[in-house]
Amino acid sequence: MTQTDYDVIVVGGGHNGLVHAAYLAKAGLRTVVLERNKVVGGAAITEELHPGFHFTTFSYAISLLRPDIVHDLELVKHGMLVIPLEHHFAPMENGDYLLLGPDGGENYHEIARHSARDAEAYRDYSHLMERVGHAVKPLLDEIPPNIVSTDPVELARVARLGRHLRGLHPKVLHLLVRLLTGSAADILDDYFESEIIKGLFASSGIIGSRVGPRSQGSGLVLLYHLLGEIDGVFGEWGFHKGGNGGFTQAVGRAAQAFGVEIRLGASVTDVIVENGRTTGVALETGEEIYASTVVSALDPRRTFLKLVDPRQLPTNLVQSVQDYKFQGSSSKVNFALEGPPRYPALGNRTDVYRGFINIGPSMDYLERAFDEAKYGTFSKRPFIDACVQSMLDPEMSPPGKHIMSCFVQYTPYEMKGTDWDAERDNLGDTVQAALESFFPGFGDLIMFREVVTPLDIERRVGLSEGNIFAGEFLTPQMFFFRPAPGWNQYRTPIEGYYQCGSGTHPGGCVMGAPGKLAAQQVLGDLAAV
Amino acid sequence: MKTTPFHDRLKPLNGTHLWEHWSGYLSAVKYQHSATFEYFAIRNSAALFDTSPLFKYRISGPDAASFLGGVMTRDPETCAVGHGLYTAWCDDDGFVREDGVILRTGADEFWLAAAKPNLDYLARAAGCRQVVVDDVSARFGILALQGPLSTDVLAAAGVDVAALPYFGVTSAALAGRRIMISRTGFTGDLGYEIWVEAPDAIRVFDAIVGSGVDFNLVPIGSRALTMARLEAGMLLIDVDFSSARHAWTPADRETPDELGLGWMVPSSESRPFVGAAAIARERELETTRWRTVGIQADPGAYEGMFNSRGLIAPKHGVYVDTSQSLYDRDFDAEPGGQYVGYVTSFMFSPLLKRHIGIAKVPFDRAGAGSEVYLERSVLHRPAYVKCHVVPMPMFNPPRKTALLALETS
Repeated sequence: MTQTDYDVIVVGGGHNGLVHAAYLAKAGLRTVVLERNKVVGGAAITEELHPGFHFTTFSYAISLLRPDIVHDLELVKHGMLVIPLEHHFAPMENGDYLLLGPDGGENYHEIARHSARDAEAYRDYSHLMERVGHAVKPLLDEIPPNIVSTDPVELARVARLGRHLRGLHPKVLHLLVRLLTGSAADILDDYFESEIIKGLFASSGIIGSRVGPRSQGSGLVLLYHLLGEIDGVFGEWGFHKGGNGGFTQAVGRAAQAFGVEIRLGASVTDVIVENGRTTGVALETGEEIYASTVVSALDPRRTFLKLVDPRQLPTNLVQSVQDYKFQGSSSKVNFALEGPPRYPALGNRTDVYRGFINIGPSMDYLERAFDEAKYGTFSKRPFIDACVQSMLDPEMSPPGKHIMSCFVQYTPYEMKGTDWDAERDNLGDTVQAALESFFPGFGDLIMFREVVTPLDIERRVGLSEGNIFAGEFLTPQMFFFRPAPGWNQYRTPIEGYYQCGSGTHPGGCVMGAPGKLAAQQVLGDLAAV
Repeated sequence: MKTTPFHDRLKPLNGTHLWEHWSGYLSAVKYQHSATFEYFAIRNSAALFDTSPLFKYRISGPDAASFLGGVMTRDPETCAVGHGLYTAWCDDDGFVREDGVILRTGADEFWLAAAKPNLDYLARAAGCRQVVVDDVSARFGILALQGPLSTDVLAAAGVDVAALPYFGVTSAALAGRRIMISRTGFTGDLGYEIWVEAPDAIRVFDAIVGSGVDFNLVPIGSRALTMARLEAGMLLIDVDFSSARHAWTPADRETPDELGLGWMVPSSESRPFVGAAAIARERELETTRWRTVGIQADPGAYEGMFNSRGLIAPKHGVYVDTSQSLYDRDFDAEPGGQYVGYVTSFMFSPLLKRHIGIAKVPFDRAGAGSEVYLERSVLHRPAYVKCHVVPMPMFNPPRKTALLALETS
């Protein structure tokens, strides 16, 4: 019974589980990934739901993926290809629009159509935000200090962080504090006057979160969504060839090339703990697999409250995890289309769809959408981050036809007086109606529709309450405190049991950083033994 | 991409079909194969450059003069009506945000032409003062008519500006259209800049080009212009300095003293303006880090550097505006040299018959005649050419500032 099958068992084959396993296998450990579903990728999968139409069912774009992972795991060799987005297209309710592209001079004049002051302020805003991003980015690539520890090493690391912050330009530090503590609206109102600009930028402050642009907390979400890059272009996003499923397939191939064994359809029900240390896992089938190290890539609720008996854990930790906010608020509505949508003011132009389409034309529009969610109903005029991915990646749909991915907010997990099984089609109709109002004739293009509610995300991917980041991006749930004070360094109170999912630092957004940093911790601990 | 009010006329003139993007506008790099011919029009006869993509502002109101006096490094309040001045404007830390020309056409009326947008900056700085900042960028086109015969071209068009002094500004009628004309430019030569309302632009353009036929008036692109401005020691933003507004590091920001613009702030200056305290502190503590100077390559050394490797030294068409390093000696001849500074723009001057540049050097090498060695790549290997520091402007003809006729008013 003491014989182990592997050195490490990774529970969950999402992108973090795969990245984590690949690093461990690269270091020479016998590593197995146990994935419940029939495909790796977790929430980053691509599915052919309608013949010839490949849907990014859940996660749909890439930006914050840590560049060192690409190199360390040789992802390009295994098929990684991120296509940068050309445009940000923001339709307006009056039929006008804002269209931003790669040329700063052209963007100036495009914004100046709405406000010349905003066109200028955009440069000030971008510059300062870039500097904040530059100051913060190193934190994405290191294991955060343990702030409740009295270990001199940890105290020194906290002090070093303090020195780093003190070394920032006062304007950079001040904006950083505002982002960490305030709302996106507070900041955007200082810079901009035009609603469409504010709506477009504020949208980055609400993605995936149960906050409105005027809520405290939207600043942090705004910061995160601007931290990404494509080849050094700050805040830039891209689509992976074949969708984000194409990405996780590449990571899966890389992991296997390093020697990782991937078992699909292997649903772990329990992490086995004996005398305070883990010895392996038990599957739904009753099968037990043994290893001295088990790493959960699932979210904190599953990691601490479902896979292990909470009685094995300190009550403080159990309480923290119980209080940890998921409250998923986002859905996906994906369409197969007969042809590209048409925006009347742009005639037959379709190149504007080679990027994000932002349905969030003003701060008020977004805040109103949020209002409804606060009281347990979904938005009647939802915020939509749409993209016609097949415009950039024609192989995702039959020629001339298109797939359109729509990320939708707000759709609270907890619905008042009803549930998502009853509301699923109503949500689809609401999103369709909103799109119809901006793209007349949209409904006639639809061949197939898939609606993915927070409940569906939870059921199919296992993300509790359907939160796409495996736990809200709220300052009290980040860095020192993700997922719980004192347990932010990927370890758990159970010896040999670790966590590497997006519920750990630095969080979701397909960064891969939790998987990578957790691997550093596991390898460091094993080397110390 | 936007086009300027003159584009319909410029497009057929551009035989190269090459355009660059300047602040979101199409702008010609050159109209003919060799920019040198355009350059010679500036120094020999007359040249016409479309400078409309500049950002243009009208600053007016009872507090306009005192407001600008609090923002600008030089004091527009002391500028007489009918005159203009070239000034920088700084940030609170005394680093230069930008430079530009301000024209005063009334007690309460000023015009600013700038390379970057400044509406939001000025409007915020204005606060609750009685001043209005209007963005008139799209309202006007600007033609720069430059060169020794530019006054004659205007006279032939019926505009007598012989009495207009250097940096003077006046309104006039040209082809029956109202224009604002200033004796300013970016060539360091005799020349004028003509502001015209966009709907009148083509008519005014046609009249000037028609009058220019007898004076070898040549349309010029940005390459010829920037050659002329380098000779004239005129700094180009994003080439010879970066705006402090969006600088990332201290090395990207420069003070007026470091940029050779210290003359804008005489030691007697007691006026409070943005950056004044920092500039005073810089001088008191002597924290100025470098000087901006002209350099001239030793002609024999420059030729020798190529000849010794079996090549002919290139002259015609040499224009480099990426940073190149300066050292204290020729590494090849004498190892152990030290980096001392850098060149921001460098060219062969067809008029001076020298390779010249704008450079940043430490104090001990800033004096005229100081030696520095410029690193160039010759036949795929670094080579070091001896240069001497020279005063700027490197070309400064009397006609630039000369009084052409007695003022009649």
